[in-house]
Amino acid sequence: MSFRRRWRKSVNAVMLSVTGISALVAVSVLFFILGYLVWHGARALNWDFFTKLPKPVGETGGGMANAIVGSAKLLLLASLVGVPVGLLGGVYLAEFGGRTVSFAVRYATDLLNGVPSIVIGIFAYTMIVLRTKHFSTIAGGLALGVMMIPIAVRSTEEFLRGVPRELREGAMALGASKWKTIATVVAPAAYRGIMTAVLLALARVAGETAPLLFTAFSNRFWSPGWNQPTASLPVMIFTYAIAPYEDWHQQAWAAGLVLLGLVLATSLIARAVLSRGVPMRRS
Amino acid sequence: MAMARAGSGWGPRARALVRRLRSGDEIAHLVTFLFAGSILLIVGLLLNELWVNSALARHKFGWSFFFTRVWDPVFEQFGALPFIFGTLVTSALALLIAVPVGLGAAIFLAELAPPRISDTLAFLLDLLAAVPSVIYGLIGIFTVVPLLREYVEPFLKATLGFLPLFQGPAYGVGFLAAGVLLAVMIVPFIISVSREVLLAVPREQREAALALGATRWEATWKVVVPFARAGIFGSIFLALARALGETMAVTMVIGNAPQIAASLFAPGYSIAAVIANEFTEATGDLYLHALVELGLVLFLLTFVLNGLARLLILLTARRGGAHA
Repeated sequence: MSFRRRWRKSVNAVMLSVTGISALVAVSVLFFILGYLVWHGARALNWDFFTKLPKPVGETGGGMANAIVGSAKLLLLASLVGVPVGLLGGVYLAEFGGRTVSFAVRYATDLLNGVPSIVIGIFAYTMIVLRTKHFSTIAGGLALGVMMIPIAVRSTEEFLRGVPRELREGAMALGASKWKTIATVVAPAAYRGIMTAVLLALARVAGETAPLLFTAFSNRFWSPGWNQPTASLPVMIFTYAIAPYEDWHQQAWAAGLVLLGLVLATSLIARAVLSRGVPMRRS
Repeated sequence: MAMARAGSGWGPRARALVRRLRSGDEIAHLVTFLFAGSILLIVGLLLNELWVNSALARHKFGWSFFFTRVWDPVFEQFGALPFIFGTLVTSALALLIAVPVGLGAAIFLAELAPPRISDTLAFLLDLLAAVPSVIYGLIGIFTVVPLLREYVEPFLKATLGFLPLFQGPAYGVGFLAAGVLLAVMIVPFIISVSREVLLAVPREQREAALALGATRWEATWKVVVPFARAGIFGSIFLALARALGETMAVTMVIGNAPQIAASLFAPGYSIAAVIANEFTEATGDLYLHALVELGLVLFLLTFVLNGLARLLILLTARRGGAHA
């Protein structure tokens, strides 16, 4: 075997192993993060965390019940904004859209998808907080809702387009009008895919912190109604992690574990729903 | 009934319209159009708000906003240079670390791994991409920063300390910490997009190279990767756009000091981090407008990068399709 040949073979072996190691390193980060959060978070997690309000500065103990409820309220509002616009916008693109308008809407959606979350926060701030002159759950929910729209639109469009032509034609041939075909035949066929998209969009915005910092702000007490500043899990993790108190750090780990658990569980459920069969365009 | 009767008075075209309205198609069209149009409206409003609410700062400082190093809220002097510097340095550092790892992993997933392993790993990387950035920040503060302070930075100083990049006290927080965290955060994006474009390279390209006697690595590195080059650059631009706009993890570890330093160990500041930290404290109108202008800069940067990225990925997809 000539030297050159041996050299090429060893370069081959070395570089291929390097790519394998890169993949291993990249994936192992996930397990590192999971393990680390469970290790730190599980020790700090207790029943109080879910049921009690934060204690005043200097006292130990207490929980983040208000932040958990706050996050739930924010996500509810976000869905109220993001899901209708996302779904119906997606239906328009897949079923009704003309060329020019569709292009503009798709372009705007992609643009919105790329906007950094902190800029969305500025938008919600100038739109609502600046006008009403106070931080509120509504402003935070709107910011998160706007972030949900692009994911929901694009996946709805994709899954509606994935419904086989024959289903549509069958319904039309039976004399159903277009919207009836969409509502009773096409949409149910794409239902799982669209559900997945909504869940993934929710999982994405559930962990968003930056757009909430100056819209929903934070609160150490319960936030009644929708027009007051409210605590949320991501913002609590941020404030507790950069605070100088050891007890707060423990609670930040606990909150991190809960948040990551929720986000990953939602992503997993979404994918499980999807894998149980969506009719895809395969003909 | 009343509608139908009125319709009969308007002639056949109006009657047809009424019939269409009653079948619901036009209404459905209109309703979905309104919702789709609201997306355009939101983007328009977003741009308008950023533009209008940065007017004071734009008029007062003009272009010098981007070249001034002073950021002094008390005397209302605002220059963005330290933040732009911090954003660029941390993002460049992140790319320097993330591109080789991401590209290597993508090659492994697309070219070497059996489909089942490749799919499983891609699935795990998707989950990794879903981890919220505040979680990265949490781990950054309590793990990455102490590690850098105690081990990595002293080591770099001892071995490469003759370079200005690795001088000065090891604080832990600073450009290096932010760059490392950003790198970890963007690797999944580089991998998933690069894997897609590599998989889109036609089989014949590989087979031709292998038939000519190339090793597996040579076929990959000299034929497949160049073929997918544009798409790979696209994935890097996408990742860069993410890194530029990334807020929480950076805010938590960069040190929040508006300064320009040669050393990677020094604390710094980034555009997104200063918005996150100071927005609620912005008392004067000019202060607020300066921060919104920073947001506008961020928006334009990511807009351009995302546009370029999409163009490059599209080009690669076309090329792969044309040859297949």
